[in-house]
Amino acid sequence: MLIGLAHYLTVAAILFTLGVFGIFLNRKNVIIMLMSIELMLLAVSINFVAFSVFLNNLIGQAFAMFVLTVAAAEAAIGLAILVVYFRNRGTIRVEDINMMKG
Amino acid sequence: MIVQAILFYIFAATAVASGVLVVSARNPVHSVLFLILAFFNAAGLFILIGAEFLAMILVIVYVGAVAVLFLFVVMMLDIDFLQLRSGFVQYLPIGTLVGLILLAELILVIGGWAVSPSVPTQAPALAAAGGVPLSNTRALGDILYTRYLFAFQVAGLILLVAMVGAIVLTLRHRADVRRQSISAQLARRRAETVEVVKVPLGAGSD
Repeated sequence: MLIGLAHYLTVAAILFTLGVFGIFLNRKNVIIMLMSIELMLLAVSINFVAFSVFLNNLIGQAFAMFVLTVAAAEAAIGLAILVVYFRNRGTIRVEDINMMKG
Repeated sequence: MIVQAILFYIFAATAVASGVLVVSARNPVHSVLFLILAFFNAAGLFILIGAEFLAMILVIVYVGAVAVLFLFVVMMLDIDFLQLRSGFVQYLPIGTLVGLILLAELILVIGGWAVSPSVPTQAPALAAAGGVPLSNTRALGDILYTRYLFAFQVAGLILLVAMVGAIVLTLRHRADVRRQSISAQLARRRAETVEVVKVPLGAGSD
């Protein structure tokens, strides 16, 4: 019952797949889609940290931190756009987001 | 060792289960709460593997800031979420198909990948420098502030731009609210506002 690198990679793969699955499943709800993206980024961070620890190289953890930073920025901007959009249109349905279509 | 394995399976199973519930929960508030649970369990996995600093960052930044931001937006927007779920069953087959294909690909990649014998089969102890064990936070800081200083500064810049962008996007000036205008207050001159009236004796001034 040794927990090796493959165990962590499997968990990360399952979480990443769940993120992709969530984007397909909630095609109309932008908030859940953003949450699915967060789930995928979490899976990527798990991969980074697992490789970093097992290869005894700290650079992976530094990059996991950068992934967290970018994810936080992305969530803040995405939710701000969502709030502005809701204020203007009164809905967040993905099909209705076509104002910039020529 | 056995305790570590049991803890790993508990954390991993809870993280995956809450991931499933994030994408399938009926109420988005529940989705956010399950997302928080998934982050907590990922932090547990990080602690198990020896990355304590990232675990704490995950709890503080993700659970404390990002997830609460999601919760705030979900509760602030007055949305009919049931109507947004209307295509759920319709998208289920294609989503399942793509998900299964992707998962099979990832599992094949992991399974068919030969790990070099030099890679330790279990997580090594913390890297020791000169006999003194270096803590994870200290070691991370050592490379972050030297070799990756530029990337670190760029990360800070990205956060600043994100903050300014979010404020600019959501700030609005409402015409129906009376606000204090500090520049107008400071630009007042004595001549414009104070008038000296000579009042004749016995007659009032109006």
